[in-house]
Amino acid sequence: MRPDLQIIARLIDPGTRVLDLGCGDGSLLDFLQEQKSVSGLGLEIDPDNIESCLDKGVDVIEQNLDSGLDNFRSASFDTVLLAQTIQALTRPDLLLDEMLRIGQTGIVTFPNFGNWKSRVYLASKGRMPVSKFIPYEWYNTPNIHFCTVKDFDELCRQKSFQILGRTVVDSEHQGNWAMRHWPNFLGEIAIYHLTRREEA
Amino acid sequence: MRNRNSDGPKESGESRLKMSKKFPENSVGLVKPQSYHFDQTLELRSGESLSEFELMVETYGELNAEGSNAILVCHALSGDHHAAGFHSEEDDKPGWWETCIGPGKPFDTNKFFVVSLNNLGGCAGSSGPNTINPQSGKYYGPDFPVVTVRDWVNSQVMLMDRLGIRKWAAVAGGSLGGMQVLRWAISYPERLDYAICIAAAPKLSAQNIAFNEVARQSIISDPNFHDGHYLEKGTSPQQGLTLARMVGHITYLSENAMRAKFGKAVKELNGTNFGRDLRTGKLNFGFNVDFQVESYLRYQGERFSKNFDANTYLLMTKALDYFDPSVDFQGDLSNAFTNSDCRFLLMSFSTDWRFPPERSRELVENLLSAGRRVSYLEIEADEGHDAFLLPVPRYIKALSLYMDKIHREITRHAA
Repeated sequence: MRPDLQIIARLIDPGTRVLDLGCGDGSLLDFLQEQKSVSGLGLEIDPDNIESCLDKGVDVIEQNLDSGLDNFRSASFDTVLLAQTIQALTRPDLLLDEMLRIGQTGIVTFPNFGNWKSRVYLASKGRMPVSKFIPYEWYNTPNIHFCTVKDFDELCRQKSFQILGRTVVDSEHQGNWAMRHWPNFLGEIAIYHLTRREEA
Repeated sequence: MRNRNSDGPKESGESRLKMSKKFPENSVGLVKPQSYHFDQTLELRSGESLSEFELMVETYGELNAEGSNAILVCHALSGDHHAAGFHSEEDDKPGWWETCIGPGKPFDTNKFFVVSLNNLGGCAGSSGPNTINPQSGKYYGPDFPVVTVRDWVNSQVMLMDRLGIRKWAAVAGGSLGGMQVLRWAISYPERLDYAICIAAAPKLSAQNIAFNEVARQSIISDPNFHDGHYLEKGTSPQQGLTLARMVGHITYLSENAMRAKFGKAVKELNGTNFGRDLRTGKLNFGFNVDFQVESYLRYQGERFSKNFDANTYLLMTKALDYFDPSVDFQGDLSNAFTNSDCRFLLMSFSTDWRFPPERSRELVENLLSAGRRVSYLEIEADEGHDAFLLPVPRYIKALSLYMDKIHREITRHAA
């Protein structure tokens, strides 16, 4: 079980309905179904991943997130997940709106480009950061919308999303005191728990 | 009660040896259909009823002790009970879903007990226009009542009870068969665990109905149709049925599939000739066959018309046209699925223009709205609507994985 998935799992209540956008091989939903008896559904476009989901008994719908989520009713899920997927979307902002229309809460995780390693890489080499964690070149990467913790905070503010919780961890998914204080500098992966602010 | 005759020859090692020589390893081999007589009255959607009827059935594999491994497969427009295996040693044409039913195949007969029947109104042994009406002693002919998908499913429930099956592990079908799967999930959700609906649609489009109407008019306008009483006259509207099938066949194939199938000869010239292969290598400047595609369609149509009943074709196309489970729910299909707590697997094929992926997505959307548990795959395939009958690798793999998981569940529950 990937550590970031464990952090997500802690945010999910037992027996709830969970929609995982870009669910990969279905590991998280499988875990949540086994451990928390959630009713899970994943969206995925990679055929191999879809097969892994079917093999695990995780319901999966072949659907491209960039084509929208019109087929989902408002408030039809308790939690909508977007784990390590937002950076690959054409319009992350629109999808975030959709997420919080469909789910009571949303959980978003992404690689933080404000991390000091990225800053040092770009500053010293003058080239786009490539790491073991994100091993693509700028021209072939599926990740077209990188952001930093600060950028994401700003987007949440603009959209009036309420941040129920924010965790940053390193690539080993460990957090510490320093990371909590300088999340945008030290955090490598950011995990946000969001909800739409209640209308006054 | 169980029909064990259809399990392939078990009488002697000798015949099994013979079978393995003749039939592929992963085929159920030699099968024998069995007819079941029902003398309960079946009330039909039209308001008419059948006071008694026959259903022709084939089964493959063994029902387990718990009766929990049974799968019902539902046939499409021109199908029947013969879904897998062969009827004789000389038979070189296996059942219609041979790609999916057999040892090691998605509906693995080493694991599941598969039931297939000829639907009412069919022409392969179940009560239908080409059978004798017990009340009059004559062929039913055009007087066989118009049956609907709902009526078929009601008769399938009676068959299920007769076979001693409480709940299907899965009900599966493609096209019109997929519509029966949907009807099962809506009307009898407590009697199936999984609904597998492939290349189907929530209801026909105007274009779908239009093609069916051309097919029906071809049959009805054949001078040998005699208002449907052709069997009594010892004749058959073969020309009309041929035309009907030719039209239908075009809608089962994709343009790509036709280009590929009829565009081989000059491939080396310049890639593709748009499937315009000539039959004799030159134009004839007449109204006979010039292109391969014409000869193929005529062959398919003529072969079909020799083995199929024209009245059945009319009935089956009407069952398609009438299918619309939303009618009982003020047009809101999602309300139809309110109680359908079985799990759903839907699949569609990219080049299917008869029931294209959008139609399956429409179903998925309504199932999601109803809060149902559903998986959906959109399979890239060049073969058009027919793809659900063909060995498209991704389709077969996904179906196998899904069925294996169902079987693991059955085994776990039994333990």
